[in-house]
Amino acid sequence: MSNYETVEHDVLVIGAGGAGLRASIEASAAGVRVGLVCKSLLGKAHTVMAEGGIAAALANVDERDNWKVHFADTMRGGQYVNQWRMAELHAKEAPDRVRELEAWGAVFDRTKDGRILQRHFGGHKYPRLAHVGDRTGLEMIRTLQDHGVHQGIDVHMEHTILSLLKDGDRVVGAFGYERERGRFKIFHAKAVVLATGGIGRAYKITSNSWEYTGDGHALAYEAGAELIDMEFIQFHPTGMVWPPSVMGILVTEGVRGEGGILLNNDGKRFMFESIPGNYQAQTADNEEEGWRYCQGHKDARRPPELLTRDHVSRCIVREIKEGRGSPHGGVYLDISWIKQKMPNAAEHIKRKLPSMYHQFKQLADIDITEQPMEVGPTTHYIMGGVRVDPDTQMSRLPGLFAAGECAAGINGANRLGGNSLSDLLVFGKRGGEFAATFARDNPHGQINTDEIDTVAREALTPFESRGRGSENPYAIQRDLQETMQNLVGIVRTEAEMREALERIDELKGRAKQAAVTGNREYNPGWHTALDLKNLLTVSEAITRAALERKESRGAQFREDYPDKDERFGKVNTIVSKSADGSMQVHLEPLPDMPEYLKQVIEEHR
Amino acid sequence: MTATFKIWRGDAKGGEFRDYTTEVAEGMVVLDAVHDIQRTQAPDLACRWNCKAGKCGSCSAEVNGIPKLMCMTRLSELPLERPVTVEPMKAFPILKDLVTEVSWNFRVKKQIKPFKPRPPDAPDGTWRMQQDDIDRVQEFRKCIECFLCQDVCHVLRDHQMHEKFIGPRFLIHVAALEMHPLDTEDRIEELRNTQGIGYCNITKCCTKVCPESIQITDNGIIPLKERVVDNFYDPLGWIWKGLKKLLTH
Ligand SMILES: Cc1cc2nc3c(=O)[nH]c(=O)nc-3n(C[C@H](O)[C@H](O)[C@H](O)COP(=O)(O)OP(=O)(O)OC[C@H]3O[C@@H](n4cnc5c(N)ncnc54)[C@H](O)[C@@H]3O)c2cc1C
Ligand code: SF4
Ligand code: SF4
Ligand code: FES
Repeated sequence: MSNYETVEHDVLVIGAGGAGLRASIEASAAGVRVGLVCKSLLGKAHTVMAEGGIAAALANVDERDNWKVHFADTMRGGQYVNQWRMAELHAKEAPDRVRELEAWGAVFDRTKDGRILQRHFGGHKYPRLAHVGDRTGLEMIRTLQDHGVHQGIDVHMEHTILSLLKDGDRVVGAFGYERERGRFKIFHAKAVVLATGGIGRAYKITSNSWEYTGDGHALAYEAGAELIDMEFIQFHPTGMVWPPSVMGILVTEGVRGEGGILLNNDGKRFMFESIPGNYQAQTADNEEEGWRYCQGHKDARRPPELLTRDHVSRCIVREIKEGRGSPHGGVYLDISWIKQKMPNAAEHIKRKLPSMYHQFKQLADIDITEQPMEVGPTTHYIMGGVRVDPDTQMSRLPGLFAAGECAAGINGANRLGGNSLSDLLVFGKRGGEFAATFARDNPHGQINTDEIDTVAREALTPFESRGRGSENPYAIQRDLQETMQNLVGIVRTEAEMREALERIDELKGRAKQAAVTGNREYNPGWHTALDLKNLLTVSEAITRAALERKESRGAQFREDYPDKDERFGKVNTIVSKSADGSMQVHLEPLPDMPEYLKQVIEEHR
Repeated sequence: MTATFKIWRGDAKGGEFRDYTTEVAEGMVVLDAVHDIQRTQAPDLACRWNCKAGKCGSCSAEVNGIPKLMCMTRLSELPLERPVTVEPMKAFPILKDLVTEVSWNFRVKKQIKPFKPRPPDAPDGTWRMQQDDIDRVQEFRKCIECFLCQDVCHVLRDHQMHEKFIGPRFLIHVAALEMHPLDTEDRIEELRNTQGIGYCNITKCCTKVCPESIQITDNGIIPLKERVVDNFYDPLGWIWKGLKKLLTH
């Protein structure tokens, strides 16, 4: 075998977003040696982009809030196919995780009496999101990063993991390359935590960066772990639509939390027309009540703009399809109207939504304190991911843990805004803790060097494929994004998804011919070629799971099965790799929910 | 319409500007053009980026000689009748093309004493702070670590005093910690000695390039300089500091 550099850690964490950093901090506090790998520089992971806030029932703004309400909201939002135990742990532990950030130096916006301020967000009954203007993710990642670097964690920046290493069933490390020189490296570890985030790059219109190629999902799948809920992709209702080069960039839900309203080209506030039955009791029935809610009046109910994201996205798509859209194929989102309601509205908007103000001003020449924005749905988040034990975050492979967006279960069919950042903290901590325990209880495993040689050889083929019949990796990625956007998007049908599977198959063939120029040093063409495999794997998993769920629920809308179906309300889809290497999907019953939690849900209907 | 971009290609051993002509459309930013060139003409052209919305601070480069985030620089702001030059930051060693070796920044940060809060104010382990008291700290905490201010500061860029001066980014990091209402650590001595605040002669170039519009010099560096002066030449300041320590511990 070739000689690869090897580094050894007790726990290897793959991914340096909120989940990976929190896991590293916990594992290192438990006294084991931790290595942290990430594709970008430290502090640039997706978490940095989060805007609106962290959901936690601190009850600082509304004393009626508590973990039970948060739990019930999360389950309702997820249409009851969530893993109840994860939703329970999340609701109970999120407040402590947020307070801990403050102890590590985070500076959240304050209430009048000096505590952490919380804001309204879609699907949350009470103001629940701790925030810093609209740059909460930056505050969170910087706090974790600055705290973490003083804990003796070994950080390997700009490294990409290509495969997990196994000893029998157990995961014993990972193999990857560093971007700078393009050299391969072995990471030998007693336990591995995946915290690689999402899959947004599988779609054309997305709020996600180049990093989001579903690596953790694909690595786990290839190694033999299961994926769950892969059909559920969150299309955030408000992404930028104009100019074309910024299409998909997120417009935080915080805009609507602060009173922003959605209008069609007739100037009509269309969200009032379609309030789903299970939300009617909690939703305002007139504009004045909606405004009062945003102003913190406790007797008011939330405006329909703050219904769950899946629903708002579909309403926007309907308006556009039926010809009531804005000039660039979106609808209007207006926050400037609040000047009718408050004297210093422009200042207020700039203070509460500074980066939105900045973003529109600089990228679209729009002053959001004066003009409405044009927005439309954008691929934002995947509810599905690695199936894990709710308490320990371990997958079905011993030694392999997953946390954050690449793990699944807490969100069910739809995630509530703000529940991701808290998920990262709660389950990042748990993953780190249990990975450390696992690492203490088990010696290092054996590494199979033949396997590594195969991975390395495969990774270098794009340099050899130059010449006739070779393919441009960027073009393959584009074609895949078109396929997923058009055929497995917000509105799905069996026929289109079958077609998508055929195209994915073709693209797999083309990906084998992907060729690159230049050498191995910091070569984005090569990196793009290497990412294709993961993108194709997750795209197939999404499509197969979506085909299997023959109903509409949460983020999955099937035109051929437009209604919810009781039978599917009791199951999750599970994707795994079969012995012959093909992808298989099966349905599995939800775990039984204990009585006390059923009661909690009843009490908060 | 097309435009020409003169992009620096090369590595630590050397390099040159190369011309690329590409289609431009309404609303495009420099990063879009770089991506188009990457996709169609130069797949191995190296650059960093993540968010494409000015939030992550990855895509720093010098556009027509001015340190900028490529994702926030609209083509409509630039004179497109001449080629647009795009080159890597100058204060750091080159890795490849537009990518520089910025790990020095991460090492510097690690040497700054971490946050050390006073004991919690409330029995439930929480603190009370007024919004007015944290506005300043929040301003500094907007920093996205793009290192453009480091790039433009002559102490680093021209005099290469990386071993003696931590640069504007980390001066405001220290300021954010020192002005944090809960913090009890003292960082003044190293600010003067190892961190070299004295090398800053308040040219304010850093403030001018900061994409987050942080008032690096006026709100951060100058007040820190005052603290350093008070600390070392002002006996009254000494007594006050001693008192403050007594009160907070
Ligand atoms: C614009 C935007 C706004 C958002 N706003 C909110 C909000 O207000 N509230 C909320 O709760 N959620 C929000 N979200 C969602 C939330 O930010 C993400 O779900 C969350 O940050 C994901 O965190 P993570 O730790 O799982 O992964 P990330 O932060 O994405 O980190 C993934 C890490 O894995 C690394 N990685 C990936 N693949 C590999 C590999 N092969 N090898 C090595 N490293 C790898 C990456 O380099 C990166 O460091 C928002 C998302 C976006 C895009
Ligand atoms: S003001 Fe000081 S830190 Fe800023 S650029 Fe000038 S010398 Fe450098
Ligand atoms: S202070 Fe401003 S210019 Fe300097 S690194 Fe931070 S954001 Fe960039
Ligand atoms: S890509 Fe994030 S700041 Fe430019």
